[in-house]
Amino acid sequence: MEYMLMFYQPNAEFDQKPGPGSEAYMANWMSYVGAVRGSGIVRDGHGLQPPMTGTTLRVRGDKRQVQDGPFADAKEQLGGYFIIDVPDLDTALEWAARAPCASTGGVEVRPVWVPPTA
Amino acid sequence: MGAAHGVSPAPAESAMEAARAAHDAAERAARQSYGRLVAILSARTRDIAASEDALAEAFARALERWPQDGVPLQPDAWLLSVARHRVLDAWRHRLVQDEAAQTLLLLADELADDHGEGAMAVPDERLRLLFVCAHPAIDAAARAPLMLQTVLGLDAARMAGAFLTAPATLGQRLVRAKARIRAAAIPFEFPRARDLPQRVQDVQDGIYAAYGTGWDEVDGGDPTRRGLTAEAIDLGRILCGLMPGDAEAHGLLALMLFCESRAAARRGEAGDYVPLDRQDIARWDEAMRQQAEQALRHAAGLGQLGAYQIEAAIQSAHCARRLGAEVPADALVALYDALLALRPGIGARVSRACAIASAQGHAAGLRALDEMSPAEIANYQPFWAARAHLLGQAGQLDAAREAYARASGLSTSPAIRAYLAAEAARL
Repeated sequence: MEYMLMFYQPNAEFDQKPGPGSEAYMANWMSYVGAVRGSGIVRDGHGLQPPMTGTTLRVRGDKRQVQDGPFADAKEQLGGYFIIDVPDLDTALEWAARAPCASTGGVEVRPVWVPPTA
Repeated sequence: MGAAHGVSPAPAESAMEAARAAHDAAERAARQSYGRLVAILSARTRDIAASEDALAEAFARALERWPQDGVPLQPDAWLLSVARHRVLDAWRHRLVQDEAAQTLLLLADELADDHGEGAMAVPDERLRLLFVCAHPAIDAAARAPLMLQTVLGLDAARMAGAFLTAPATLGQRLVRAKARIRAAAIPFEFPRARDLPQRVQDVQDGIYAAYGTGWDEVDGGDPTRRGLTAEAIDLGRILCGLMPGDAEAHGLLALMLFCESRAAARRGEAGDYVPLDRQDIARWDEAMRQQAEQALRHAAGLGQLGAYQIEAAIQSAHCARRLGAEVPADALVALYDALLALRPGIGARVSRACAIASAQGHAAGLRALDEMSPAEIANYQPFWAARAHLLGQAGQLDAAREAYARASGLSTSPAIRAYLAAEAARL
């Protein structure tokens, strides 16, 4: 079954300037990505540029609103995702628990929607 | 300080005190007797969920009545009687024909108890309940949480973190397991003699699984948060009390106590991970370690060797350092060989390779690791950590760094990731 792992990181992690602390942080992510890919369960996945590089669009009636930054002003923002193919939710949660941001932000695990076969 | 101050407390105050006393009594009864009461109700009805519901109502009723009427002499018996009547009411309500006979039996139980001195002791049927929870017909993943719920009264939300399972999934699993016990009429009886060893082992495995998940959940450091390990040890003690002649029950208890006695030492002052061979022995819990040794000696005296006793003996050997002695590497290899002969397992194989490395050098250790199948070890963190360590000793630095990264990527603990990074940096 396919699940999306959505990695939510606290805003402070996006603001981090390159330095000694950030190297260890990046190394943890590299190790995690290496382990997930090494297990052969990855269908797709990307890391994202920081939230402030995003642009949000809404159409309300005949008006278009364009806003700098992410959709919601939250303490945690989406930093990346994987689509993994694993037998069950328990296994997906195990992979989610290994993500470095599990202990600083959180990981949402959601099954991928499969269109009903005609 | 006049005599006027000696009068009884104001009504509001005494009502509050009564409420507190009632609450405390109900809570004590809940903690100490929950499993006993679920066991005795379910033994007759085979309906664990209905027993739990009835007990929940009985506890609520106690909190309502005891502040006015006082705490009864035998709180267990009181709760059991109320809960039995709840079950009977529910059945009468549904008027299910095939439950008529059961209803009569339940009424007979109640009458038999009433003939006593009024201070009857509630018999202990928890062993039968444990056998049902670990029955082969129950999904293996549900057994440990089912035991913790029915015997100790833990709820799914509390256990979800430890079992790394979605609360909804765990809740469904428990509901399904209870429905299965009822629908398949899994008997609340002692297993037949030829099934007994396997069934006893299933119970013990369930308890050890509860201990392991508790161990993994709490990332060391904070000694006030021990996850489910204390609850699992409670189950282990209950099992020893119920099966005093079973050596493996005492072996399992010894194993859990050895691990628990070192729980505080697995993190340093700054919350950093400390491997077993570098732990500060002053932070081991000596009293608990002695309890573990005692349980292990008792098990050995019963003369039935088993896997939990061997695992406990391995833990005991690691404690040799307490006396300033080397941990005996050759003895450890022999113990792991014995363990693997009884119970093959991936964890024991990795640990055996580490023991071989200590006894015969890193090359022999690496050879033992290489014998394991790639599919088995792909996502097994301890394998990669052990391999990284031995590759480092062998001077294969690039391969060691790669293995440390793999181990780090498979770890769920920030403290262990930091430790692995520091080890890799020392290469």
